[in-house]
Amino acid sequence: MINKDSRIVLEVKNLKAVVAGVEILKGVDLTVRAGEVHAIMGVNGSGKSTLSKVLAGHPDYTVTGGTAMFEGKDLFTLEPEERARAGLFLAFQYPVEIPGVSNSALLRLAYNTLQNERGLEELDPLEFDDLVQEKIKVVEMDPSFLNRSVNEGFSGGEKKRNEILQMAILEPKLAILDETDSGLDIDALRIVANGVNSLLSPDNAVVMVTHYQRLLNYIVPDFVHVMSAGRIVKTGGKELALELEARGYDWLKEAA
Amino acid sequence: MSTALHNLVNQPYKHGFVTDIESEVVPKGLNEDIIRLISMKKEEPEWLLEFRLSAYRHWLTLEEPTWANVSYPKIDFQEIIYFSQPKPKKQLASMDEVDPELRRTFEKLGVPLHEQKLMSGVAVDVIFDSVSVTTTYKAKLAEIGIIFCSFSEAVKEHPELVKQYLGSVVPTGDNYYAALNSAVFTDGSFCFIPKGTKCPMDLSTYFRINTEGSGQFERTLIIAEEGASVSYLEGCTAPQFDTNQLHAAVVELVALDNADIKYSTVQNWYAGDENGKGGIYNFVTKRGLCKGVNSKISWTQVETGSAITWKYPSCVLLGDNSIGEFYSVALTNHLQQADTGTKMIHVGKNTRSKIISKGISAGRSSNCYRGQVKVGGRAAGARNYSQCDSMLIGDRCEASTFPTIDVQNTSAQVEHEASTSKIGEDQMFFFAQRGIDSEEAISMIINGFCKDVFVHLPMEFAVEATKLLGLKLEGSVG
Repeated sequence: MINKDSRIVLEVKNLKAVVAGVEILKGVDLTVRAGEVHAIMGVNGSGKSTLSKVLAGHPDYTVTGGTAMFEGKDLFTLEPEERARAGLFLAFQYPVEIPGVSNSALLRLAYNTLQNERGLEELDPLEFDDLVQEKIKVVEMDPSFLNRSVNEGFSGGEKKRNEILQMAILEPKLAILDETDSGLDIDALRIVANGVNSLLSPDNAVVMVTHYQRLLNYIVPDFVHVMSAGRIVKTGGKELALELEARGYDWLKEAA
Repeated sequence: MSTALHNLVNQPYKHGFVTDIESEVVPKGLNEDIIRLISMKKEEPEWLLEFRLSAYRHWLTLEEPTWANVSYPKIDFQEIIYFSQPKPKKQLASMDEVDPELRRTFEKLGVPLHEQKLMSGVAVDVIFDSVSVTTTYKAKLAEIGIIFCSFSEAVKEHPELVKQYLGSVVPTGDNYYAALNSAVFTDGSFCFIPKGTKCPMDLSTYFRINTEGSGQFERTLIIAEEGASVSYLEGCTAPQFDTNQLHAAVVELVALDNADIKYSTVQNWYAGDENGKGGIYNFVTKRGLCKGVNSKISWTQVETGSAITWKYPSCVLLGDNSIGEFYSVALTNHLQQADTGTKMIHVGKNTRSKIISKGISAGRSSNCYRGQVKVGGRAAGARNYSQCDSMLIGDRCEASTFPTIDVQNTSAQVEHEASTSKIGEDQMFFFAQRGIDSEEAISMIINGFCKDVFVHLPMEFAVEATKLLGLKLEGSVG
């Protein structure tokens, strides 16, 4: 939902970043306002996933130029956990397994950390359970998942749904979904999309990194950006995704 | 490696101070004269000197074991001081007579020694270098027939008990380090719970090595008669020295019919620095004998210190229906090496044992579980369940598991489960991305991983163990 007057959640200018000495981002510009859904598309190696990791503060990546303001704060002066507490959420492309830590314990610690940050009361395990039982319906997960170790022995689809459950609990200002749709069957894709759609409000925003137009049938973007060789080379509406589906990416390389 | 994680895992050792206190030491080196000197200084009866000398002579015929998954330069046993004790050596009647410097040491360590702390409900025996400094609560326990005192005192006051049980579980010739200990042991704790008595409080021993170059060879003997029960705790620390120090203890437990012994250890000897310089060689023999029917011995250990740990608290399940348990968390960081586990020897009918082992390796350390479950021909209906989990933190450490199962009775049931998991940068980034800082993340991972063991620790120990593991791991991921 585009509203030119709504507040700017994220403003990235001329962002450059390297990993292992190789420059991957070569000057990215991106502005995301509250209420908007953005899709970032592009071929493998174009820098889409790097952009999401750099914004979240992954230690393997070094920012070498440009700026990023998030909710009025200079993102690159914040530690990864501070960015998270300020409301930036990354749904991982490959969610990690955390042996020995139960899903519910993790969710509650993350939730209460945020509550503290916002100056609100922490929830005790019973109160929290009420909240989580409500949210778990959004992703159609069996409550038994709450007592299992985080992602341990989960299928690919279950891991992705678990990411969305975390997002639903934490209610971020900006959710970045890093190829959340990859490896999902059609039912899981629908469930994940429902989760994201139910979170959307005029107060927050979503950036989806994806290869495929398929996800965009379920979560309709306001903007579609195409990345190539570390830059956003084209921006359009949802129809751009359809055009990419039909024509591929090659014609844009020439444009870049 | 992320800096936060690095700092988190690599916290400095806070027990590394040396107490400036005058010690009386015997000349370094080992021979029969030194053993006679130790025995004389301790005013021991002839039979005990003979026990020592026969152990020494047997030790001379033994080879240092090399089968453990640890490596270290050959130990020069002639370079070790076998006896060191704080001066003055007179009998201490109360805490007020203890050297104030020594008292400050124990205050720093948080060991409850003072009479006003007796309310904390733990009776403590303190072994400083080789000598028992004080035993609290002794008189109160004596009223109900419980003997809790230093080993030396037991030799003087209850020689018949010591003579009856010493070496009955770990014979002098059992292994290289047990033989060495039997020859030169200096002090330790003695604990006797008479028939039908439930010890009303936890008994605790606190071990401290202070003198550089000295070895610590303590001997602990716990006897629970028919229907008796006791929970015993042991804690250990040492100052930081650049040289390695040898700690070779022997612990023997005897449980008669329907008796129950619970033995918990939080071992935090100095582990050496991050380059592996210094630290304690912890070569310990611990064994419990479930002698009577329905008896139970339970070992719980949290091993975090020592440069090298070589330790297998074991149970011999002789009595029918007896139970042996082993709950262990072993954490290694930097260049620490641990080869630890247990032996469960099923002899009697319907004997049961349970092994839960959690190994955590960080830095460039090596952590190895070694276990043996043996079911003898007469042990009809014996059951064992073993679970060995290893966690790797970072990518330069090592974890191994060497389980041995030997079953000679077809009605036995033996189960073994094992798992290995890894905590790396990706997990830590995941926690950070959910707003959780690295200290909390590590503590959450460790608590989750170790909870099956921690629940078996007495309350205060569980709290201490959790904090200790957090401290030990500061800065280790990546």
